[in-house]
Amino acid sequence: MLGESVERFVAERYDFETRLRIAREGEGWSRAIWQEMAELGLLALPFAAEDGGFGGTGVETMIVMEALGRALVLEPYFSTVVLAGGALRIAGSAGQRQARVGRIAAGEHLMALAHYEPGAPRHFLAPATAAKRDGEGWRVTGRKIAVIHGASANEFVVSAATDAGTALFIVPADAGGITIAARRGYDGVPVAEVAFDSTPVGAEALLGAPGEGETILGRLFDEANAALAAEAVGIMADTVNLTTEYLKTRVQFGVPIGSFQALQHRAVDMLVQLELARSMAILAALSLGQPDEVRHRNIAAAKAQIGRSGRVIGQQAVQLHGAIGITAEYKVGHAFKRLTAIDALFGDADHHIDFLAERGGLLATA
Amino acid sequence: MELDFTETERAFRQEVRDFLAQNLPDDLRRKMIERRHLGKEDIVRWQRILNARGWATPAWPVDHGGQPWTPAQRYIFQEEMALAHAPEPLPFNVNMIGPIICRFGTDAQKRRFLARIANLDDWWCQGFSEPGAGSDLASLKTRAERDGDHYVINGQKIWTTQAQHADWMFALVRTDASGRKQEGITFLLIDMRTPGITVRPIETIDGEHDANEVFFDDVRVPVENRIGEEGKGWTYAKHLLRSERSGIARIGLSKERLIQLRRLEEELSEKGVLSPRERERLRRALAEVEVELRALELTQLRVVAADSQGHPAPAAASILKLKGTEIQQRMTELVLELAGPAGLAMPQAGIEPAEEDGWIEAAAPFYFNMRKVSIFGGSNEIQKNIIAKTVLGL
Repeated sequence: MLGESVERFVAERYDFETRLRIAREGEGWSRAIWQEMAELGLLALPFAAEDGGFGGTGVETMIVMEALGRALVLEPYFSTVVLAGGALRIAGSAGQRQARVGRIAAGEHLMALAHYEPGAPRHFLAPATAAKRDGEGWRVTGRKIAVIHGASANEFVVSAATDAGTALFIVPADAGGITIAARRGYDGVPVAEVAFDSTPVGAEALLGAPGEGETILGRLFDEANAALAAEAVGIMADTVNLTTEYLKTRVQFGVPIGSFQALQHRAVDMLVQLELARSMAILAALSLGQPDEVRHRNIAAAKAQIGRSGRVIGQQAVQLHGAIGITAEYKVGHAFKRLTAIDALFGDADHHIDFLAERGGLLATA
Repeated sequence: MELDFTETERAFRQEVRDFLAQNLPDDLRRKMIERRHLGKEDIVRWQRILNARGWATPAWPVDHGGQPWTPAQRYIFQEEMALAHAPEPLPFNVNMIGPIICRFGTDAQKRRFLARIANLDDWWCQGFSEPGAGSDLASLKTRAERDGDHYVINGQKIWTTQAQHADWMFALVRTDASGRKQEGITFLLIDMRTPGITVRPIETIDGEHDANEVFFDDVRVPVENRIGEEGKGWTYAKHLLRSERSGIARIGLSKERLIQLRRLEEELSEKGVLSPRERERLRRALAEVEVELRALELTQLRVVAADSQGHPAPAAASILKLKGTEIQQRMTELVLELAGPAGLAMPQAGIEPAEEDGWIEAAAPFYFNMRKVSIFGGSNEIQKNIIAKTVLGL
């Protein structure tokens, strides 16, 4: 039901030509499309009913993200609903949630997570950005990078170090001392660099307690990775399809190139990687309700598989398409780039393999 | 697919675990852990213990001796068997000919064979491959000519695993050479004691004798031993090959191997055999292979679930075989690397290694032995051809 409606939406409203046009114009995504997503109820989906949402679980998010992945949707679903929205769901007070969920659901309010920093490890929980007490409130100083949809956000969820440990703050984008530089991600998704220079933040901005930040982020990154895994599966499924169709229609030496066994076997390698990835994306979605340790290990394994599968499928899709695969007006190259970006976010395959290696693997949790 | 097991399923897991703890003989467990060769007597003994409990043939139809298990219960059973280091029942009997007789056999054939197959009273072997019919199995030439109530068989099979133990063979023979090569193939059950059958051993690179050549010289097989119709053998064979391929994924075996590798990683690090850097590398390698194994296991569960809802996934067995065998081979590589030069000496009759070193001399034979898994059951390249054709439409 949900799957059908979101799939119909992207099929009817988000063909690849539209996506190319949206990427070139304005903010790099479409507020009109965003409104339509709001009207479909997609933006309210994972929020609790009492806050004005639909109480969707990881499975519903998986269904939506997979469909958005197929169409390489550029709108800020992941940044606002999954990431910053996830921080609200995990740690927000009733007041903080009620002040925002309705407006997020209506498509009126955008939020972005400002966590990554220059010169930091590729993936971390404890930021260098600092929050110092200032009377009742705080002052935040530091530089954030790779803030997804950061230039469009009304508010940031900012991770910062306090005396009591890592904390998260909700900071309005127009607060003092903030400089925002919009950048285009190689995957087409807008990112921003956001600098905070003694930015004043009220006491009510604190999301959770000081010192709880790493716990919240740990949970949030699991949710983010489960969502990215589903998005990646949508992209991979579409890419395997496109590639197979191309092999059937592209004629060289007087025959469709799909009649060549060397190419057939590569296409099969892609399909096998897709099936393994799909299994792990389902595991990730179902694991969100599991105890911390099980959830964390399962999602690490899922993200590792997604990274490995995404690389095989992205590279092979480009290779099997030949030169058309590296042209900017063709979809496969963009799918390849988004798969590459997904691996880089919230721990790449190597990061998660290292984590599992240190913990003695998965089996104990099975 | 559910991650949380129900109360009933948890109780079932405990029941399986208790049964295996009480009934799996210690000497068999040790041989399994050390990856040493199991003899015929070992396999027969264990299958009869399982069969007495009704668990040798759980996947068969319930009215033919199967269990009414849910996919989750089958998964639990497979996992507990692996964790207990229990040998699997003989695949030729349980995964191959048994299901074929259940599905395509006559009532007389069912009465005559099924109970004996389950109890391993009869050891079955598979007479499919021939010298000129490997990947191109349908080009097989072993002839069967009708003579009254009998077929008279002449020809040769090869790579017949454990034919030296076998009481019976299920075989593909050619009854008609005039049409397409897939037509004119007939599926026969052949008593290995029939005059005119000669079994010759083939020694393989692991130093074992598992493979054989089987020669047929005017071997008379009663027509009542035919499965289904004459000339339709290829249809039945395809069913059997699918089931064989799913079985070849052997996810339980790989899980058990992973547990053993983790144990070795710990022991060898404590003894200083593995340097910290080697240990780290091994741990990463194990995490890599475990992620793939988990992904494959869940894929198998998805296939089973789709199947039980009446949506069989095309070529799923080929995908499972392909990836499952890659994982098995990767595991044997890791064990071989751990053994190092200590693994050079082959096992030798009369020399019993210390208990904790049993795995070392088994490492190389197992590594060499397992090269077969990407070749048999339809080579992995043939599986890719099947997937390309049936799933991708290429």
